[in-house]
Amino acid sequence: MNTSDTEIELEPCFKLKGSRVTITILELYEYEYATFNDQLAETVRSAPDFFQQTPVILSLERCKDTGFIDFIELGELCREYGLVPVAIRGGSEEQLLSANVAGLPHLPVGAAKPPEAPKKQPEPAPEAPPIQNTVITTPVRSGQQVYAKGGDLIIIAPVSPGAEVLADGNIHIYGPLRGRALAGVSGNKNARIFCYSLEAELLSIGGIFTVDEDLKTSNWKKNIQAYLDGDKLVISAFS
Amino acid sequence: MSSPPLANLQNANKTKEELPLTEIIVITSGKGGVGKTTTSAALGTGLAQKGHKTVIIDFDVGLRNLDLIMGCERRVVYDFVNVINGEANLNQALIKDKRTDNLFILPASQTRDKDALTQEGVQRVLEELKKDFEYIVCDSPAGIEKGAFMAMYFADRAIIVTNPEVSSVRDSDRILGLLQSKTYRAENNQPPIQEHLLLTRYNPDRVDLGEMLSVEDVEDILAIKLLGVIPESKSVLKASNQGAPVILDDESDAGQAYDDATRRLLGEEVEQRFIEKAKQGIFKRMFGVR
Ligand SMILES: Nc1ncnc2c1ncn2[C@@H]1O[C@H](COP(=O)(O)OP(=O)(O)OP(=O)(O)O)[C@@H](O)[C@H]1O
Ligand SMILES: [Mg+2]
Repeated sequence: MNTSDTEIELEPCFKLKGSRVTITILELYEYEYATFNDQLAETVRSAPDFFQQTPVILSLERCKDTGFIDFIELGELCREYGLVPVAIRGGSEEQLLSANVAGLPHLPVGAAKPPEAPKKQPEPAPEAPPIQNTVITTPVRSGQQVYAKGGDLIIIAPVSPGAEVLADGNIHIYGPLRGRALAGVSGNKNARIFCYSLEAELLSIGGIFTVDEDLKTSNWKKNIQAYLDGDKLVISAFS
Repeated sequence: MSSPPLANLQNANKTKEELPLTEIIVITSGKGGVGKTTTSAALGTGLAQKGHKTVIIDFDVGLRNLDLIMGCERRVVYDFVNVINGEANLNQALIKDKRTDNLFILPASQTRDKDALTQEGVQRVLEELKKDFEYIVCDSPAGIEKGAFMAMYFADRAIIVTNPEVSSVRDSDRILGLLQSKTYRAENNQPPIQEHLLLTRYNPDRVDLGEMLSVEDVEDILAIKLLGVIPESKSVLKASNQGAPVILDDESDAGQAYDDATRRLLGEEVEQRFIEKAKQGIFKRMFGVR
């Protein structure tokens, strides 16, 4: 396998070239696993030949949700139906992060636009309440506390045992959660907690909590999300 | 780098800017009795052995341990607190090591408590030491109180001494959090302290039995760079009884492990050892060497 040991100048084995290729764009308006699954299945059924390892760009420019999208899950779903996401376009800061984690690069809005795209007046951005999200990139250590006031908390590092992370909004942890995580601490019962490995001491959403003895019984060390179903805290694993 | 050799610089009595930058290294842990002083003595000696002018400061005011391990307890006249209070100057308090060139010890006081350390005082002494030394090794006391804060506050690097057990790992994690927030570098928005994990008193047999955490377990939780693994070894106690840092015992496993760690600290690539169980070596089996 190693023929280049002998320091002979070889012919270059690749070259980078600029090019324009036509690529399908999947414009996402909103993402919810079941609906997306159903509609995608329907589309594929109507044109089965089209969907054979077809590369697509996921466009988020018209997406209603600006919150977390699980691109790992979405990507798997697409591939099941013969669509291969290669990048995202547009999207919120938070979506960029999760896309990044799923290995999807980000294209600036406007790139790879179909040439016939009409030059419209740019639409005014929809009115949205200002959201103050907090991004943490270093481990949250034992004895430390991080509170994302008024928004989501995004942590791209482990949360140690004995550490506490809190947010008025959702909590996303791209790493193991070994400490305590409290989402929706100002009473938002729609807040969710996501983490790559559930090893937590406590999970709480909108004041409803469970502690590690209960957590250990299922989904331990799994990639999970936690949310409230009525007054019950539900933990479900991503496959 | 085209600068002339270090010796010339020093002889020429140049200003500080032209001397190599001093690095302040704190040896810390949170939990007590994990091997900080053993490590300070060994790594300080290792750095000096490799030609770097080094001073080890004992921040464990009130207990005074370093001088015993270095075997210089009878030569202590003035100490760190005397210098801070202006009762003695640095040259009176610094003890030159008898065994290793380039090595000095600044001992702690036995009769004071940790409140005798003031931030301004510590800073003043460190600034003065920086004029003369390449490495300043700070042996931190246990705990997360004043003494430990003083030892870490001005550090450029931190070596987190950790034993492979849950409570030690937890305390190390805690210290790592404080290093990121309660230090000069953190408070002044400077590049963060470089953190290294030194796993000491490691016993692969007990790891296999599930009685101790493994290297991977500890690395996984603390998520910092591994400087080295020091095996649990009788040579450490023997060395401390003799008042000679264990790194001088180059036959011993712990001595060799500290030498490896010193070289990694200086930027050398040295493969990790002492992580696996000591096997009946293949050579021993093949050739029947006893
Ligand atoms: N690798 C080792 N193998 C065996 N014994 C060790 C090892 N490292 C340290 N020890 C022993 O552990 C004890 C504590 O070591 P040391 O004094 O260096 O710890 P320390 O962290 O400085 O303690 P303190 O927190 O009290 O300052 C000593 O008896 C020492 O001999
Ligand atoms: Mg000590």
